[in-house]
Amino acid sequence: MELIFRKIAQLSASLVFVILAATTIVLYMSAKPAIEEFGAKFLFESRWGVEEKVEMPVAEQGQLKSIEQGDAAPIGDDFIEDEDDFIMDDEDFITDDDMELGDRKSKVIYGALVPIVGTVFSTLIAMLFSIPIAMGIAVFLSEIAPNALAKPVSVAIELLASIPSIIYGMWGLFYFGPFIAGLFGGNTVSLLVAGLVLGIMVIPFMAALSRDAIGTVPDMLKESAYAMGATKLEVIKDVVFPYAKTGIIGSIILSFGRALGETMAVAFVIGGVYQFAGKVTDPTNSIPVVLANSFAESSGLSLSVLFYLALILFILSFAVIAIAKFYFLRRK
Amino acid sequence: MRLLMNRLFLIFSTLAAIIGLFFLGWILFTLCAKGLTGLNFDVFTKDLIDGGLRNVIVGQIMMSGVATVIGIPVGILAGIYLQEYGGNSKSTEFLRDLSDVMMSAPSIVVGTFVYAIVVVPTGHTSGWAGVLALFILMVPIIVRTTDDMLKLVPIELREAGIAIGASKYHVTMNIVIRYAKAGILTGILLAFARVVGETAPLIYTSGSSEFWSTDLTSTFPSLTVSIYNLATMPDDEMVQLGWTGAFLLTAMVLIINLLGRYASNKKRS
Repeated sequence: MELIFRKIAQLSASLVFVILAATTIVLYMSAKPAIEEFGAKFLFESRWGVEEKVEMPVAEQGQLKSIEQGDAAPIGDDFIEDEDDFIMDDEDFITDDDMELGDRKSKVIYGALVPIVGTVFSTLIAMLFSIPIAMGIAVFLSEIAPNALAKPVSVAIELLASIPSIIYGMWGLFYFGPFIAGLFGGNTVSLLVAGLVLGIMVIPFMAALSRDAIGTVPDMLKESAYAMGATKLEVIKDVVFPYAKTGIIGSIILSFGRALGETMAVAFVIGGVYQFAGKVTDPTNSIPVVLANSFAESSGLSLSVLFYLALILFILSFAVIAIAKFYFLRRK
Repeated sequence: MRLLMNRLFLIFSTLAAIIGLFFLGWILFTLCAKGLTGLNFDVFTKDLIDGGLRNVIVGQIMMSGVATVIGIPVGILAGIYLQEYGGNSKSTEFLRDLSDVMMSAPSIVVGTFVYAIVVVPTGHTSGWAGVLALFILMVPIIVRTTDDMLKLVPIELREAGIAIGASKYHVTMNIVIRYAKAGILTGILLAFARVVGETAPLIYTSGSSEFWSTDLTSTFPSLTVSIYNLATMPDDEMVQLGWTGAFLLTAMVLIINLLGRYASNKKRS
């Protein structure tokens, strides 16, 4: 019994690891055709789903080259070389495929630059907007507000952090978007609106985490600073912030990661078009939104491209979260 | 000068707090105003096809519920392993960090993963795919809260159990878990509240259906996906229904959260 229990528990624990590994592997496998097709160029290509004429000579050259290679391979009786030949055949096959494409003289180009840029910028806008406000709330709750006010407001903030993101998106689409468009001009769906809605969404999350970090500052430190005649600003600036620095930075990075992978809040308000936002009030696109909107109607290469995008997003947010966890929120 | 700066700073942070709370209040206000106007009896008795939300609400709760039922034993066992058996070894710490990372992984990526392993092979969206996606999102949360709650159990209790000759299994199940029960319950409720409001991983795993269904092997009705679809429709009535759904969803999530808080407060007092 003891042993069985232990084994089952161990199995459950490793499940977390298995899921994570499986996610990476499955995404990579599914994205493989796209990775082979576009390689790293995918990251810097701004066209999406555009048919491009493929020039014949390129394809021919490719074939010629591989035929040359095929000839160059000595036609030996060795088993290994047979294998070699086999690989060559394989290459020939791929080249033939390209030829066919070349015959049709077109090839669909996919590039991730627009959604990547959109994701990064909307997240940056969100951070610029939410950091001062969330810090204001955190400082207000822990240092300024009287206890009777701080307690209910803290609870309210924590509850707000649990509101599903789709609610923020819907509100953004119907109320906040028109409001911003009235204020700054431009569309009701735009990069700016998406960034701000994201910012509003992460405010409660960031404020709650930062408040917890500030709460760990020992009262004695603050009291001794006050006893020296320091003002509240000086105490907060020189005592509280330095002490709680790692926790606060960690909370910002976690919020950053959250905003990066957020789908629903953004899907309503970013516009979902494959173009760069020339002005911040133009609509554009972001990785999660592309995934949410075009998955159902994709197949073959275009589906594989979406998996490629998902892989990029996964790695990006994994890196961000890992940095936050390992460097700033290390458990003592 | 110092006092002036101080005053400015205090005004600024109070102002920031007010601005932040203003937006959040605005959201809640529109949600209530729009949601309550459309709230009537039909919403709960008719399916989406007839202009109600019955099937999608039941569908959403069912998927989250099944995910929770599967997620609870797995999550708690994993938490027990990390705390009771793993100790502080390198691999345990590694698993802990991984669960932390998984907890904040983008939910849409989980959706793509499930799409690749379930929807592509079976060829269609299904309730089980949705359940799996929610399960993946939920397990790390339960693991981490169980782990944290068990850490709070005094070591003396375990020692006392071992001292009277109980096996580790008995000590864990009868003493440790019992002590940490309230905390674990809170964790489960919070995890449920989190997944019940998820949209992104469901869009192409469970899809959403307009009809009544309790068959998890086919496309399954989902409240959140329906809200997304309804809100982007040009028809005003549909949008109104979407708001009602959004209101109900938020009310549900907030109530579960409050329940979770209540459960952990009761323990403390």
